[in-house]
Amino acid sequence: MSVLVYTENWDGKFKKLSFELISYANEIAKKLNSTVVALSIGNVAEDELKLLGNYGATKVLSVVHDKIKGLDNQVFTSIIAQAVEKEKSTVVVFAHNNTGKAIAPRLSVRLKAGLVAGVTAVPASFKPFTVVKKVFTSKALSTVVVNTPVQIVTLLQNTYGIIETATPVVVEAFHPQIQDAEFTTDIKEVSKVTGKILLTDAEIVVSGGRGMKGPENWGVIEELASLLGAATACSRPVSDEGWRPHDEHTGQTGKVIAPNLYIAAGISGAIQHLGGVSGSKCIVAINKDPDAPIFEAADYGIVGDVLKVLPEMIAAVKELKNS
Amino acid sequence: MKICICISNVPDTTTKIKFVNNNTAFDNAGVQWIINPWDELALTRALDLKDANAGAIEKITVVNVGLADADPTIRKALAIGADNAIRINAEPKDAYFIATQLAEVIKKEAFDIILCGIESCDYNGSTVGGMLAEMLAYPSVSSASFLDIQNGQIIVKREIDGGQELLGTKLPFIAIVQKGIAKEPRIPSMRGIMTAKTKPLQVVEAVAGEPFLSYNSFELPKSKAACKKIDPENVKELVNLLHNEAKVI
Ligand SMILES: Cc1cc2nc3c(=O)[nH]c(=O)nc-3n(C[C@H](O)[C@H](O)[C@H](O)COP(=O)(O)OP(=O)(O)OC[C@H]3O[C@@H](n4cnc5c(N)ncnc54)[C@H](O)[C@@H]3O)c2cc1C
Ligand SMILES: Nc1ncnc2c1ncn2[C@@H]1O[C@H](COP(=O)(O)O)[C@@H](O)[C@H]1O
Repeated sequence: MSVLVYTENWDGKFKKLSFELISYANEIAKKLNSTVVALSIGNVAEDELKLLGNYGATKVLSVVHDKIKGLDNQVFTSIIAQAVEKEKSTVVVFAHNNTGKAIAPRLSVRLKAGLVAGVTAVPASFKPFTVVKKVFTSKALSTVVVNTPVQIVTLLQNTYGIIETATPVVVEAFHPQIQDAEFTTDIKEVSKVTGKILLTDAEIVVSGGRGMKGPENWGVIEELASLLGAATACSRPVSDEGWRPHDEHTGQTGKVIAPNLYIAAGISGAIQHLGGVSGSKCIVAINKDPDAPIFEAADYGIVGDVLKVLPEMIAAVKELKNS
Repeated sequence: MKICICISNVPDTTTKIKFVNNNTAFDNAGVQWIINPWDELALTRALDLKDANAGAIEKITVVNVGLADADPTIRKALAIGADNAIRINAEPKDAYFIATQLAEVIKKEAFDIILCGIESCDYNGSTVGGMLAEMLAYPSVSSASFLDIQNGQIIVKREIDGGQELLGTKLPFIAIVQKGIAKEPRIPSMRGIMTAKTKPLQVVEAVAGEPFLSYNSFELPKSKAACKKIDPENVKELVNLLHNEAKVI
């Protein structure tokens, strides 16, 4: 028996997300008297693979295959299905990110294993498998029961946390059977910004809305973000207007994030916006309208002009850093 | 070429969510139903492609798994411009059940491109599209933010962390679409609304299928403690609180 975790790598490195998934799986494994097996696909150095042991993985299956150039949904599904069979996994854990959303549903059909996408906690029970997930764009939670012998979950990032548990870990080369005909998509071109803190990875996010008035005022958002080691985000109209890039848009139709701190500047707090950020541990709202709905979702608020408040915040953070 | 758009009938995004029967069922009372926003954008993109590639795309079909109460939403898709609709007459129990039903119809109709949304804003599965692809053994491109046909070739881009990938794939395939696929959803024209009434909406019976999941109960998130307001003349206090009280910076 095992709990299998698909740990994605980014240019050969894992991210905090991978460690969170292993930590999460480890709690499940303990409850099931089972062990955590991580599956890695692509070139990752042995030392990096062994890092997964710091969070509870006892075995890492490493698949290196020269035909795999990037995510091919069918090939990845096939590899993971073979790993599940080999390791007799009863629970499979993915991240609720682009990759998890792409593969987990296919695997669910392949294994006839029920999939609960976007879970926020470890299962409350295993007989039957019962777990909570967000529904209605984060406006409610549902307790879901899975009726299949094997279960798959995708975990919302930054909802469980990272727990270190040094565990002896073995790395094992895994050679699944892959037919040429299984490769059905090929990547022709990649365009990527590097060096930017990704919104989905960030612990702190500084976000601006239409109340920022125009792209020329984003300097303060960027400065505050860089001081805090934060990513920048925005509301939908801001990206629709082209003030900010599309990948910064948070909300129901943008990215769903759960940072430790979300600073909303000049954002009214429309329900569709909150759908993407209400999982944040702490929300700060700066808005000149005391009745703006964002204050209902916020932990801390300042009723005031963003263009006055943000520079003062920058000064105060600088002062804090120097003290 | 024939394009299929799987549309899900969901509560309007501003709906105040409530539950009944001891929090075991969604309260339909007074709810406005809409085409799931992603599916509406997928339909918009399909129509744009049809406009730009006269002749190459012969038909745009919308398919829904739902009961008769979904018909107004389906008619709206016809009013926006879909050529015909198929409703599979069953209560959409869970993603596996829905995908099983969709797969039956899609196999029969032999569509070339199938579009699903990345998630429906009711149960937020992000699941149906991928399941459907696996059931049909079609390639799937998830998080697709761009779809075009150039010189008869399909061009699709998907979102990755911090960027995009341009992909080549084989037909038939399933694109699971997200932000970017179209900017604003098309709205029905007067003529569209008139003709929608006469466009074919075929109702087919469901095949046998069991769900994998049951949504046993619901709850609303715990209400948050009241927002702590800080004097705008004392922004420093906010930073202090974030550092010392919330311990987030
Ligand atoms: C189907 C659907 C999906 C949607 N999905 C999303 C989504 O994913 N994400 C999203 O963000 N939106 C989404 N929206 C749009 C959403 O409904 C709101 O229109 C949007 O979030 C508003 O953005 P905003 O808060 O930046 O702008 P506004 O609502 O215009 O708010 C601007 C705020 O700034 C304040 N303000 C103005 N000047 C100042 C100043 N000088 N100092 C301080 N405060 C100031 C105002 O008081 C106001 O509260 C969606 C809508 C629909 C219909
Ligand atoms: N009842 C349904 N009928 C047709 N298509 C659906 C239905 N439910 C979901 N879909 C499709 O699957 C996508 C993702 O839904 P979900 O997996 O439920 O988040 C939606 O955007 C639709 O394209």
